[in-house]
Amino acid sequence: MSSHEDVLNPKVMPEEPEKATLEGKNKFLGFWFFLGGETVLFASLFGTYLALKGSTMDDNTSQNLFELPLVFIMTMLLLTSSLTSVYAMYHMKNNDFGKMQLWLGITVVLGLAFLGCELYEFYHYIHHYEFTFRSSAFGSAFYTLVGFHGGHVLFGLLWIVTLMVRNAKRGLNLYNAPKFYIASLYWHFIDVVWVFIFTVVYLMGVI
Amino acid sequence: MSNTIAQKKGFGATLWDYLTTVDHKKIAIMYLIGGGFFFILGGLEALAIRWQLIVPENDFVSAGFYNEILTMHGTTMIFLAAMPLIFALMNAVLPLQIGARDVAFPFLNSLGFWLFLFGGILLNCSWFLGGAPDAGWTAYAPLSTTSPGHGVDFYILGLQISGAGTLMGGINFLVTVINMRAPGMTYMRMPLFTWASFVTSALILFAFPALTVGLFLLMFDRLFGSVFFDANYGGNSVIWEHLFWIFGHPEVYILILPAFGVFSDVFSTFAKKRLFGYTAMVFATVLIGFLGFMVWAHHMFTVGLGPAANSIFAVATMAIAVPTGIKIFNWLFTLWGGSIRINSAMLWALGFIPSFTIGGMTGVMLAAAAADYQFHDTYFVVAHFHYVIVGGVVFGIFSGLHYWWPKMFGKILDEKLGKITFWTFFVGFHLTFFIQHFLGLMGMPRRYWVYLEDQGLDLGNSISTVGAFFMGVGALVFLYNVIYTSVKGEKVGGDPWDGRTLEWSIPSPPPHYNFAQAPLVRGLDPLWIEKTEGRKGMTPAEPLDDIHMPNNTILPFVMSVGLFIAGFGFIYQAEYTGGFIAMFVGMGITLGAMFTRSVKDDLGHHIHKEDLDKGAGM
Repeated sequence: MSSHEDVLNPKVMPEEPEKATLEGKNKFLGFWFFLGGETVLFASLFGTYLALKGSTMDDNTSQNLFELPLVFIMTMLLLTSSLTSVYAMYHMKNNDFGKMQLWLGITVVLGLAFLGCELYEFYHYIHHYEFTFRSSAFGSAFYTLVGFHGGHVLFGLLWIVTLMVRNAKRGLNLYNAPKFYIASLYWHFIDVVWVFIFTVVYLMGVI
Repeated sequence: MSNTIAQKKGFGATLWDYLTTVDHKKIAIMYLIGGGFFFILGGLEALAIRWQLIVPENDFVSAGFYNEILTMHGTTMIFLAAMPLIFALMNAVLPLQIGARDVAFPFLNSLGFWLFLFGGILLNCSWFLGGAPDAGWTAYAPLSTTSPGHGVDFYILGLQISGAGTLMGGINFLVTVINMRAPGMTYMRMPLFTWASFVTSALILFAFPALTVGLFLLMFDRLFGSVFFDANYGGNSVIWEHLFWIFGHPEVYILILPAFGVFSDVFSTFAKKRLFGYTAMVFATVLIGFLGFMVWAHHMFTVGLGPAANSIFAVATMAIAVPTGIKIFNWLFTLWGGSIRINSAMLWALGFIPSFTIGGMTGVMLAAAAADYQFHDTYFVVAHFHYVIVGGVVFGIFSGLHYWWPKMFGKILDEKLGKITFWTFFVGFHLTFFIQHFLGLMGMPRRYWVYLEDQGLDLGNSISTVGAFFMGVGALVFLYNVIYTSVKGEKVGGDPWDGRTLEWSIPSPPPHYNFAQAPLVRGLDPLWIEKTEGRKGMTPAEPLDDIHMPNNTILPFVMSVGLFIAGFGFIYQAEYTGGFIAMFVGMGITLGAMFTRSVKDDLGHHIHKEDLDKGAGM
């Protein structure tokens, strides 16, 4: 039995540890497909939002609500967190576990800051403008699209933290390398969706 | 190894084995039982519908209850009967056809099954909790948003849970086909059933998320006060129709393509010929899958999208007749000059060709947008989609079950009973639905509870009802056949049909690792190639070695139970604190199980090569 388990802890790590085992290859490909499905999910939400963005009931239109400085900060936070997760994967491929954990940690902090901003934004809309999920079809569509994205960010953070804590003591091996890799793929995907939200919801919303 | 031990196990141990299994062959059997159960349920609902319509102004059921059985018949048959039965066939043979020991994601595969089952049970719990959904299987807003009671809420949560399971199944089979093929099994050597399942899985992946979003919006509107479909707040109910049909039209190809695959395999086996036009068949399958995403608005011709949109979608819809026609001709040419054996599997396949062709022709008629204004929402549409779904999908499932039953259970279904089933069901099917074309053309609307006498509709409806009972008898005989065969049927060997593809090169039922050694594939119909060259079986592509297999686990079951509880919670959270608690407890169970799955290593186990021969007999 021991000879089988040694396979996951080779003396020299391969160049692409995330795809070195069949399980890893399957996870890698399956996750890309999953992201394909997620793309359709967000496309449907974007379509709904575009159809309803003019359906306001009072002065709470996108032009009156959105303030670009905050959203710009959020965009920068999330874009940077995507870059730091790339650094983490770079160190994973060099088998430098410590640095990978460090960069993942920075990614998590940036993601938390983003979530904090988003919560503030929602709080602001609800309390200062009384713009809620229920006030108009535009409100429903806005909170659903942006909220789905925020929920994805939260899930991604929980996922990455779980992986970091679980593997903190044992380091990198061929069993957990694919897990780290697909978590970072997920994080990139969330970032790409945000780029579209920034453009379609906020930039097009203030015009 | 497991087979011999399994027979000596007690009931509790067997139950635990099935609750925790990640073996695709056992999951196939569970899909078969689950799908079969819901097929009977949906069939009883159909009989109730037809009994109500046997005479004018009948009062067998009330108007409200009629809406419920009508909705549940459609929803059950599509989501809980046809799809799981197709997943049963895919699980049973797809890995065998590509020479794989397992699927790519055995855990996910098991989770997909349990989500389907608990979603289906949740939906049917509505019968006992104040009434089933009554807004039709399409649940159009605002009818669905304003439907009183919790029926539609059960529809939303039930389909959301089982839909998630289907999506997982789709991803699993996509990766299985791409990554797990045996040496030499190139894409253009894969059997047509594998190809069709592959394309179907891609359709599932890209179609189901649209339903997921649609159901979320409906759930938010009904349970959390959003106003997506409420025109008073600027909402737009046409969005639901778009989302539903962006999912819903690919869904019908998700159902029919695997059936096409079954027929291709059955025709070539029982005509003893290589499938005619294999490349064109693959091309046609992919093209149908692609076009399937371009035609959703033909369900919405009468919504008023405008002549330009209607024309584009009409032409795209008619275009699908081309690859489908290619398929029909290729099947006929496969039969041409073949050494044909007619048994139950073949009868269903032969019955399929004329039945499905009629359904295809009425499909082209409905695709003509101008004429559709006349056909829309009449029994003509009902006749059309039953001709393609029953005449295509259900015939395909029956054919596939007869064909692969010996592979799944080691016994051939009784031929005499099989033929009785076919003839009663086939005659009953045409009796039920052929006349409905004319009822529709004479103006009988769909979904109506009663009709008036002396409108020229009386005789047609009575004939239709008689036909439905013939189908019921056919299905009962099949059920009896299953029991009869499992008690009295004789064991058969690994290759009872003189088969052509890899699944027939291993014992029936196969050992749980499928192939002791991966087979070397040297062309299309790999087993047939070996047979023509005088060999008895496949040449192994690797030396005998230890086999790595995944471990059984209860976590998929626990996750699904969690969502089941949470489903009730979501439905009742607004009225009862208990509902609120159930929502959190259920989600907690599911997320906790996901967390456990993430942190607990599951490395699988190895079967030592010394232990292999005992169960395998290779």
